[in-house]
Amino acid sequence: MLGFVARRLLYLVPVLVAVSLLTFLIASLLPGDLAYVILGDQATPEKVEALRHDMGLDQPIWWRYLGWLGHVLQGDFGRSFRTGQTVLQAVTERLPVSFELMILAEIIGLAIGVPLAIACAVRSGSAFDRFMTGSAFGMLSVPTFLSAILLIYLFAVELRWLPATGYVPFQEDPVGNLRFLVLPALTLALAEWPGIMRVLRSDMIATLQEDYIAMAKAKGLKPSRILFVHALKPSSLTLVTITGINIGRLIGGAVIVETIFALPGIGRLLVGAIYTRDLIILQGVVLLVAAGFVIMNFIVDMLYAILDPRIRYGHA
Amino acid sequence: MATLELSIDEDVAVSPVKRTRRLGPLFWAAIAWIILVFAAAGLVGVLPLPSPTDMDMLERRAPASALHWLGTDGLGRDELARLIYGARISLIVGLCAPMIGVTIGGALGMLAGYFRGRLETLVVGSMDVLLAFPPLILALAVTAYLGQSLLNLTCILGALGATHARILLRELLPNVFLPLVAFFLLGVAVFIVVEGALSFLGLGVPPPISSWGSMIGEGRESLDVAPSLAFIPAITMFLTVLSFNLIGDTLRAFTDPRQGAL
Repeated sequence: MLGFVARRLLYLVPVLVAVSLLTFLIASLLPGDLAYVILGDQATPEKVEALRHDMGLDQPIWWRYLGWLGHVLQGDFGRSFRTGQTVLQAVTERLPVSFELMILAEIIGLAIGVPLAIACAVRSGSAFDRFMTGSAFGMLSVPTFLSAILLIYLFAVELRWLPATGYVPFQEDPVGNLRFLVLPALTLALAEWPGIMRVLRSDMIATLQEDYIAMAKAKGLKPSRILFVHALKPSSLTLVTITGINIGRLIGGAVIVETIFALPGIGRLLVGAIYTRDLIILQGVVLLVAAGFVIMNFIVDMLYAILDPRIRYGHA
Repeated sequence: MATLELSIDEDVAVSPVKRTRRLGPLFWAAIAWIILVFAAAGLVGVLPLPSPTDMDMLERRAPASALHWLGTDGLGRDELARLIYGARISLIVGLCAPMIGVTIGGALGMLAGYFRGRLETLVVGSMDVLLAFPPLILALAVTAYLGQSLLNLTCILGALGATHARILLRELLPNVFLPLVAFFLLGVAVFIVVEGALSFLGLGVPPPISSWGSMIGEGRESLDVAPSLAFIPAITMFLTVLSFNLIGDTLRAFTDPRQGAL
């Protein structure tokens, strides 16, 4: 197991370095000089030249990259020239919001997807199963921003049960915090459950035909115990896989949902940085999100290895 | 739960057989809808439509009338014309991005699979790096730097598609045609959604060009007074994405008997 972890960790290093290089290159090679962005169109060439020199923009690009990477490795991602906040401050301030949103969404998604998958697998081929499978297929075609406006229209505009936008921190007002997060999390969950349900359903149908399930039935175990313990356990790997695959989409979805519902999370920070052309924040956030994504995928890989010894000892 | 006592095995044994070789009415409805969207987008120059960009401040959010079949938006522009011009954007991005992706990804995948060795390591490694970014984040970052234009948008999304096309082609090239078409159609659906999301955030095609995403984004501002401004493009987009998914999935089911249940 240790050797497996070490091999995977070693592979992370070149990937992360390449990710940082790509992030830096996208930001540096493409049109739009940072000095012009900061000083505005009215700036004199001398002023721009002076600022370029101060910021080291006149150095060769590989030298700038190494300098930037050096700072990044020391935890210095730079400072926004618009707000004066450091990237790290801005991100740590907003990270809890995005995490809470994504975790809530995944919980709701699982809470809808898993029971439906089990119910469908048990009655596979029935009218209920066909209806739910069809609905899941239809839901896969509903983009996040569509379900968002639909939910806003239903619950905020028509029924007026929940607020459409806004946020209070959990520490200040737990109930209010959840009220603000219900609709955004539900929006993301609506995109999550069809995938969970479809994959888990076909997995369960196969599992329910195994001999040991027949054995458990013959022993007279309660159906609920057979379903939730004996049949669900082998699907745990599938659930981890789906969750792992979902992370990337969840992050993208969070960007959209945070923007629509005005939640102060990482996604809104990113979109805001794009609107105001705050390149330092943009570069820092993209790097941090990509690094976080890589590390989360690493954790999912590790979970696999824990759940399924074959992966640990197999070819890797 | 009590129905567990019923024999599950028989149901399962029957269902894949029933499911496979059948093109239901839904499939043909999807085809019909796609043809309609294509025809509208293709004939947009010939159709007697008002201009999609002419504003009429006296006729803001007007209801449907003989002149404006679907009414007008918040700036008094004809909703139907904007919808059809938006269909062009969605179809251009939706079709071209996966084409670029399949071409680049397919070429790289075949080269890597044939020559193996260092080239393969390099190709797989660089795709791993691209896949290290959550897709929407990469698209957002690159559009932010490159600037917004239809061409940029299409190319960026194409590059994103390449990562997946590589995997597919390397595995499947020997017997590909139908799987490739299915993959392509599912890709079209994905890219219509991504284009919509970017335009919705105001980061897709620049205004005043209309796109379904930007129409939904603008309609969101007036959900309380004129919900149809958001819902008409939303429903159009949903039906289009659903149709591409349906057709793609049906073709995939044809070629992949193993996954009939999924």
